[in-house]
Amino acid sequence: MPWFKISNLFAGTENKLILSDFNLQINPGEVHAIMGPNGTGKSSLANVIAGNPKYSVSSGNILFKNIDILPLPPEQRASMGIFLGFQNPIDIPGVSVMTFLKYAINAQRAFNSLEPLDAPSLLKKVKIRAEALGIPNEMLKRPLNVGFSGGEKKRIETLQMALLEPELAILDEMDSGLDIDALKIVANGINVLKNNNRSFLLITHYDRLLSYVKPNFVHIMVNGKIVRSGDENLAKSLEKNGYTEFLNA
Amino acid sequence: MPENLNAKLKNLTENTYKYGFSINLENDSAPIGINENIIKLISNKKNEPLWLLDFRLKAFRHWKSLKEPHWAKVTYPNIDYQKIYYYSAPKNLKSPKKLQDLDPELLKMYDKLGVPLHERENLAGITAVDAVLDSVSVTTTFKENLAKLGIIFCSISEAVQKYPDLVKKYLGSVVPYTDNFFACLNSAVFSDGSFVYIPKGVRSPIELSTYFRINAINTGQFERTLIIADDDSYVSYLEGCTAPQRDENQLHAAVVEIVVMNNAEVKYSTVQNWFPGDKNGIGGIYNFVTKRGSCIGEKSKLSWTQVETGSAITWKYPSCILKGKNSVGEFFSVALTNNLQQADTGTKMIHIGENSSSTIIAKSISAGKSLSAYRGMVKMSPQAINAQNFSKCDNLLIGNKCSAYTIPVMQNLNNSARIAHEATTSKISEEQLFYCQQRGISADDAISLIVNGFCKEVMKHLPMEFAVEASRLISVSLEGASVG
Repeated sequence: MPWFKISNLFAGTENKLILSDFNLQINPGEVHAIMGPNGTGKSSLANVIAGNPKYSVSSGNILFKNIDILPLPPEQRASMGIFLGFQNPIDIPGVSVMTFLKYAINAQRAFNSLEPLDAPSLLKKVKIRAEALGIPNEMLKRPLNVGFSGGEKKRIETLQMALLEPELAILDEMDSGLDIDALKIVANGINVLKNNNRSFLLITHYDRLLSYVKPNFVHIMVNGKIVRSGDENLAKSLEKNGYTEFLNA
Repeated sequence: MPENLNAKLKNLTENTYKYGFSINLENDSAPIGINENIIKLISNKKNEPLWLLDFRLKAFRHWKSLKEPHWAKVTYPNIDYQKIYYYSAPKNLKSPKKLQDLDPELLKMYDKLGVPLHERENLAGITAVDAVLDSVSVTTTFKENLAKLGIIFCSISEAVQKYPDLVKKYLGSVVPYTDNFFACLNSAVFSDGSFVYIPKGVRSPIELSTYFRINAINTGQFERTLIIADDDSYVSYLEGCTAPQRDENQLHAAVVEIVVMNNAEVKYSTVQNWFPGDKNGIGGIYNFVTKRGSCIGEKSKLSWTQVETGSAITWKYPSCILKGKNSVGEFFSVALTNNLQQADTGTKMIHIGENSSSTIIAKSISAGKSLSAYRGMVKMSPQAINAQNFSKCDNLLIGNKCSAYTIPVMQNLNNSARIAHEATTSKISEEQLFYCQQRGISADDAISLIVNGFCKEVMKHLPMEFAVEASRLISVSLEGASVG
């Protein structure tokens, strides 16, 4: 029985079909990369897996750890270990990064029948991870994502991932808007989390991130489905030749 | 009250409104309705001096000439003022000297509400409490400790007996009985409330607190609070309110008057959680309240902080008259409405003194099919040289069946005075909600997190314990609200 499997998935927004007969299988410990031209449905895929109510699924299924997750609300999917690093993380005015992390961590603990973490332990836990990602203390006190630069937002996404320790992390364009130093920090943040039980689904345009985070599989997605799968060499050839051959296929 | 009704109430309340229970107390009530005899009876029961009866009767005669105001953005069926009890007192309560003398049922009720009446439970000395049940003040804790500092904190009935000069001088000095319909009615029939006097140069070491509770059925609550802060004094005063869950509406028409002298500061915080009515808008309190303070001294400061989550209808504008040179007025407000609640609330800042300044931060959160209006007035009188005001009104909408209005009035009669006003309206977006949910936070918790973030600017002005309670209350009041 596969650990994570999407079968014959058709999904889209109210008036537009975006994912069309999409199939993908991921095993524990694997790193998958999905590449493809703009507007091909990569972000939609990430959102459908995470349960964004903006999308509806017309047929197919997504099994995670033997459970059909499509009927589950987003928070339950999250608690089961699915994490989505957003391409454009949204502002939440008035709620500090620290407060948000407290809510998220304690929601996860509640799901696992654990007591909420006390303030000192929480602070300690957050600070260790934040430091590793070069996130200053001051930033933890600022309202979540309000006025953050692209790089800051991606670091905070990475911090949340590090703290929530998901089993399947879907990272949507984590490399966009990052300079080379920030990219290295974020990539390192991903690499330290890699282990035999944790899988990653990296959504990206370029192989920039992939030269720091080695994928086991690279998939080319066009018009809502995977048209070619291969190893990291596929990403390299893409960088050279572009998507043209797939678009015409 | 019949047993089965009591049980029914209990059942109802355990679902949503936590404070909705009522208790079986024998009540000593005046006959239903209002006329001069009722007023004489109230005055007589309280053994009041003639000047006060006179004040009440003048108010009543004036009230009869007034019409209930309907300019507020709220709608409700006509109130039959002859179908209200204007006086109700728990029977076994003839001026209890000690806590032991109180009806055990009553103590149980306050226990359930979490009001720390027992001084022994309150040795840490954070708060002194005056508890007002229906129409009378039940007990005031910590009175003796405060007395050592010269601070007077007692029920207004007691103050009438013991400190008649102070009461006579200031009662009606900020809110005259002619002020408005509800304040006028209150002046005629007010039953009890709190009285505070902080002498010159004294900073109250503890928060003073009044806890209001309507228990009896069909009873109006007309409490009257008078706070006087003498030169160079400071006091922080808290007010909390709850009521049982009942099917009919109950009228609450209070008056709060505050006098702030030279260099004195009064901080007045309210967490108002009167029963808001049920999901279908049945029952709930009509909260028609007049609150006003006069900063008569130089450098005097009055700060109103309110968190309004309860009541079927709220009609309330805590205001400051800034007479003193360099006087300061502040209004920090969170008004949350859900289901079919209606709130029309705001403030008036009347600048008279030179260099007087005021700040208004009003946040409204509307969910369900509720309606929320901010109504405010900033007036710069001709003599208010260099006076300044800053106002900020933010509305947050949850879902698409609620509405919010901002109705600011600005009147500047002095060229050197400045008024600044900002207003925003936003919605909790599906994206914000999804982001939180993706991190494992439930939709309910996410809404409460976002709303508390929205209110933070106001909540930080509340005393610590109150802020925690208020934030929890906001979460509870929003349970089941939907953004869709």
